[in-house]
Amino acid sequence: MSDSKPAPSPANAGAPDVLHIARLARLAIDPRQELELREQFTRILEAFKTLSTLNVDGVEPMTRPTDFTDVMRDDREHSSLGLDETLANAPARIETFFSVPKTIGGEQ
Amino acid sequence: MSTTNSEIGYVSPKTQVRWIPVIGLEVHCQLKTWTKLFCGCRNEFGATPNSRTCPVCTAQPGALPVLNREALELALRTALALGASVAPTSKFDRKNYFYCDLPKGYQISQFDQPYCTGGGITLESGKRVRLTRIHLEEDAGKAIHDRGDTTLVDLNRAGVPLIESVSEADMQTSQEAFEYLTALKEILQYVGASDCDMEKGSLRCDVNISVRPEGEPWRTKVELKNLNSFRNVQASIEFEIRRQVEAYESGDPAQFPVQETRLFDAEKGVTRSMRRKEDAHDYRYFPEPDLPPITVSAERLDRLRSALPELPTARRARYQKDFGLSAYDAGVLTADRALSEFFETVARLSKLPKEASNWISNELLRNLNDPLLPIRSIDELPFRPHDMSLLLGMLDKGEISGQAGRKVLRAMFETGKSPKDLVASLGLEQVNDSAALDDWCREALVGKDKIIADVRAGKTKAVGALVGPVMKASKGSANPQVVQEILLRLIAEMPS
Ligand SMILES: [Zn+2]
Repeated sequence: MSDSKPAPSPANAGAPDVLHIARLARLAIDPRQELELREQFTRILEAFKTLSTLNVDGVEPMTRPTDFTDVMRDDREHSSLGLDETLANAPARIETFFSVPKTIGGEQ
Repeated sequence: MSTTNSEIGYVSPKTQVRWIPVIGLEVHCQLKTWTKLFCGCRNEFGATPNSRTCPVCTAQPGALPVLNREALELALRTALALGASVAPTSKFDRKNYFYCDLPKGYQISQFDQPYCTGGGITLESGKRVRLTRIHLEEDAGKAIHDRGDTTLVDLNRAGVPLIESVSEADMQTSQEAFEYLTALKEILQYVGASDCDMEKGSLRCDVNISVRPEGEPWRTKVELKNLNSFRNVQASIEFEIRRQVEAYESGDPAQFPVQETRLFDAEKGVTRSMRRKEDAHDYRYFPEPDLPPITVSAERLDRLRSALPELPTARRARYQKDFGLSAYDAGVLTADRALSEFFETVARLSKLPKEASNWISNELLRNLNDPLLPIRSIDELPFRPHDMSLLLGMLDKGEISGQAGRKVLRAMFETGKSPKDLVASLGLEQVNDSAALDDWCREALVGKDKIIADVRAGKTKAVGALVGPVMKASKGSANPQVVQEILLRLIAEMPS
């Protein structure tokens, strides 16, 4: 998918590409932290691999903790928060907009 | 298909090679619900920025989304009207990406189990454009970049219900894309799913397009965005076909089209490369644990199907058959459901379907499109179909002239008064046999010896040139038929 992503070198094949993940999360990572973060990431993923040792043949994937289906609401309006409350914690606002660093040319 | 293979595609003016465009469309359409998809905030365009927000659509911790029943209903009606198959079970997924208009850091969408697959639209040529799928999702907020040094964010749109219809790459010309969009929009409006108002962003279209030499496999596709009218969709496709063909024919692989997103510049009529979407496609979808799956029973689908309104294609056929309208007129009258229903009521009340068709598709639409009048849609008309049928009745009986009829209709738009009252107050009753008519006709004949001679020589049509001046003198109140008869009588009575 990504043309800019460097091919993983044999030494860290299978290790998570933390810089790629940081880019997706719009996080600026100091490249010097890359190794440390990769080791931490790897340990987390290793821990989760325990799950893969279980035999789940014939078990339906479960994506939710309940068996509910079709929980819906009627198309009725509730009152909105109000401008003051909505914008209360905004670091910056202009008129009633949230004002954020210029982000044109990014995703979407 | 009515077109033969030899007519399809784009012949390069440089090499005479025939290139076949491969076009698919992704259409996002906002559903016309009262509230948003997962919360009770009002789904409203144009409200004060951020005034339609709550803990759910601003992604406050602990907020729980709950699906709007009506949104599902509208989505299902659309699916059925498009002949698609609705999945007995579907679910929601999180599409993860970070952007300032997406407070949660993910969009709730449907990934591998959309609520509907298949279906399609048959174009006028008989060609079928297949739908891959339709899925239900929430809209993002709105980011505004052109006001000052920062980006402004309005979350009123965040959480507005959308359906995204993805077509197969079955289209080969900009015209087919236009027809597909027009038909899709008609259906969405007919079933009451959406306003499809591109200016308000309630319908948005992206194009996927590639070209290939006839007989060769598909090549790299490019995505076109920023298309805010059907005309722009067409223009961008036409530009892109030429651009891609020229790029391949340059012979330089460095110039060949690459997989990318291009924005259409409507002013210059060109597409431009957006920053390459490097890792943008890495959305790391996973199931939305906050929303239980949706189930739709066959019985429910049967009920919904039987409640669907008559769709535009069927309606057009009926107008041609029952009212004797041309395919063109039937198309104009059915393009909008409200217009079509207005027409049918007028036709039924007046028993003058052809006249109703003419007056509605010409005069009524002309006034609706007149920027000097504040009325933009059938729903805003200040008069009822009954009034329109009275007007047609008066015209049919010759009580008023066509010109007077147009004045009355205009006054109906302006005042909402009944046509009978307006004819009286404007003094537009047709003058059929007054001394005034004779006088106007005599005046019109003065000095017109050539015409008089022509009429005497048997060319009675020549008198037509004098009807206009008489109509003008009568300020439109004369009956042109009667004027013609009087003119002929006066000429016959003249001493030779
Ligand atoms: Zn809300």
